[in-house]
Parts: sequence; structure tokens; C-alpha cells
Amino acid sequence: MRKVDVSKIRDTIRDLCLKANFELRKDILRALKSSLSKERKPRARKVLKSLIENAKLARKHRIAICQDTGILVVHLEIGQDVALVGGSLASMIDEGVEEAYRKGYLRKSVVGDALLRKNTGTNTPAISYIDMVDGDRVKITVSPKGFGSENKSMIKMFRPTDPVEKIKEFIIDTVKMAGADACPPLVLGVGIGGTFENAAYLSKKALLRPIDKRNPKKHIAKLERGLIKDINSLGIGPMGLGGRTTVLGVNILEAHTHIAGLPVAVNVSCHATRSAEKVL
Amino acid sequence: MGIKKLNTPLTKDVVARLRAGDEVLLSGTIFTARDAAHKRLNDMIKNGKPIPINLKDACIYYAGPAPASPRRVIGSCGPTTSSRMDLFTPPLLKLGLSGMIGKGERSEEVRRAIKKYRCVYFLAIGGIGALLSTKVKMAKPILFNELGPEAVYEMEVKDFPLIVGIDSKGNDIYDKA
Repeated sequence: MRKVDVSKIRDTIRDLCLKANFELRKDILRALKSSLSKERKPRARKVLKSLIENAKLARKHRIAICQDTGILVVHLEIGQDVALVGGSLASMIDEGVEEAYRKGYLRKSVVGDALLRKNTGTNTPAISYIDMVDGDRVKITVSPKGFGSENKSMIKMFRPTDPVEKIKEFIIDTVKMAGADACPPLVLGVGIGGTFENAAYLSKKALLRPIDKRNPKKHIAKLERGLIKDINSLGIGPMGLGGRTTVLGVNILEAHTHIAGLPVAVNVSCHATRSAEKVL
Repeated sequence: MGIKKLNTPLTKDVVARLRAGDEVLLSGTIFTARDAAHKRLNDMIKNGKPIPINLKDACIYYAGPAPASPRRVIGSCGPTTSSRMDLFTPPLLKLGLSGMIGKGERSEEVRRAIKKYRCVYFLAIGGIGALLSTKVKMAKPILFNELGPEAVYEMEVKDFPLIVGIDSKGNDIYDKA
């Protein structure tokens, strides 16, 4: 068994939280630049230029890309040949998040109870997903998720016999309903299959993939490309004020499911789709 | 069409000159308030209590900034979604609030109230909080400090870049887009 000290996981989570909040993902920055080269409308160009300038400024001065530094979603893949030593993993995750949000002067956006709504003051607890995998490595991915876009996310249970066009329509309608509120240009994570909650989880996980990489399955990649084209012809544009850039990327993850069902979840995210990862 | 420079307070004659789609650089004092602060202010109004800030010709920014690091005035500081404040907005406009800054569309009730009380709704670009923080020259929490990022901050801004979303005649930029 390979021993991994949980304090190492804590420190990695801290460093990744800071990186994710200050440094816009390279795939997203590339997409913004490429969108700018295709936009003609002056206002759309101006918004895209501001987003690019904002990313530069954030990186240089270590200011959060967006003030909504999110609720922190942690994905851990832990190899089954790893022995975690040195304390409680759950408390080390939150310690890492708390330290990053305190030392990085990031906004604390978490309330301890969804109804009582008192801010915990630490941006914890984080939302954690832990997968056991083969091997002796620990892969840590953090993703601060803002709620302007999260609030526009949708899930729907389709009939197994529904045509794929109906699924496309649902995804496009989700973008229309998000409108200007979710800060377009958007990034969409889509989960197709699994169970009710699994589809939602897949839609969140889909956001982690670089937006210029298509799903390895041909029929899913085709669906992704079709959606990008259709959504960008809606004309919603940056800030909802018109233009060709409504989505920067559509990432789909698919899974097996039940004979009676076809769950589809759309996790809406903005240009500030943030994540950072490291393998220990 | 050039960019208009504006200063607070947003008096009725200043607001009357603005048209949906105008680009504006705003300077002066503004107050932040988002969900929790709006709810508290509305509860005070409902219960017949005086509200602790003077809203006459004032401008509210729907924002919950990130905290200031030692060398900066404020952290990242962009707009939040305005529609969540729609329910609480008409009573504040009635009390003299003149301007609002946020992102996204407003309800029909809010558009009508903006027209009735001759106010203005500005759009700030969502997702450029780092850039907008450089336009803030002073920031201090003045009310509901226990709400943390949802406290009401008084801010001094200089050339804060905005677009007129809904003007005092009730014209809405999202009708034309």
C-alpha cells in the first residue's frame, strides 16, 4: 500500500482553489479569443474583450476572476492501493478550502442550512465526490461553482423512445430560459443517462473536460457539435445583447441507464467555468 | 454615440436624459445590496419602520464583493442577477431610489415601476469582477455587517462602466436585442 498523508491532500486542495479562482482555464481563454475573431457586433466584441482583459488582470494581480468564487466542488479519485494516513480526509478537504478562501481573500458564499441561511464564514463545507479507482494515485480536482448560472440548470426525465431532437430542444430551451441572467457566453455540461441524480452529477463532471475536446464517442461528439452550432445561431450573444457567441462549449457525458428511462441534466455554467486538478 | 459621464446623486433630471442602450461611466457613491439585504429592507418597510439608509436619488448595486486583500480597496466586484431582487424593488423605488445596477432582465412590474418613478436600471457586464474592482476607490460595510458578503457596502466608484438597461420612459434594451 502506498501511504498518502491527508495533510498533503489539504494543501493541494488549497493551492488548486487559488489557482482555479485566479487563473481562467486556458481552453476557455482560447475559446474567448476565437469567438472574438468571429464576432462582428461592436457590443458583443466589447464584452468579449472585457472578459479577456478581466482574465489577464485576475491572473496578474491575484484577484478572483468573478466575485462569485462559488461553492467548492471537489472530485477525488482515490486508488484502491492507497492508504490515507494522518487524520480525517473529510475535515482535511474543508481545511484546505477554508485556508484558500481566507488567504486568497475569496468570497465566502456558503450558508450552513439552506432554510436558516446563516453564512458559515469559511466557504465550507465543500461538496465532495469520492470515487474509488484502480491504482495507487490520488487525483484531486476542484471546481468553484458560481450560482448565477447554477440557478438556471435543469433536469428532465425523457421517455426512452423520445427522439434525440427532443433532447436537443430541451437543452436549447434551457439556454433560452437562462437568457442574460447566467452571464453568456455560457459553457454547458450535459449528463445523459444513469439515474436522476447520476445525470446531474455527470452534467457537473462534464464541465471539467476542456471545452475544445469532444466526447470520444462519435454520436455524442456529433450531438455536441450540433448543439454548439444551433445555440450560437440563437443570437443571444455575450451578456444577452446579441451576437454569435452564446456558448463557448457544450460537453456531454453519457452513461448506461434503465430500459424505462432517459434522464437528461443540463448544468449551466458561465465563461468563468473554473477548475484545477493535480495527481498525487 | 459617445459615452456619457454621470455622477451621483442620480437626480430626476440626470436620469431623464438617459436612454436604453446608452453607455455610461458612473462616478460617485453607490450602495451594494443583494438578496438578504433586500429582504431585510423590505421587512422594515412592511413593518412600518424607517430604513437605515437614505435612498433619495441613490443608486443600489446588486453585488456581493469578494473581500479586499491588504493592498486593494476591494476584491472582485461584479454584478449579480437582478431578477432575484425584482420582488423587493418597487417599494424601494417608491422611497426615492433612483438607480439600480445589475445583470440580466427585469420583470414587467419592475419595468413599470421604473417608468412610474422615473428611475434607471443599469447593466454591468457579468463576470468581469476583477476589472470592475479597479474602478472602486473606497468601500466599507455600513449596514447588516453580520451578513458578510451580503452586507450593505458604501462604495466610491470612478468611471464605473455601465449600459442603460431600462430608461425612465420604460424602454428596455432587451426588447431590442
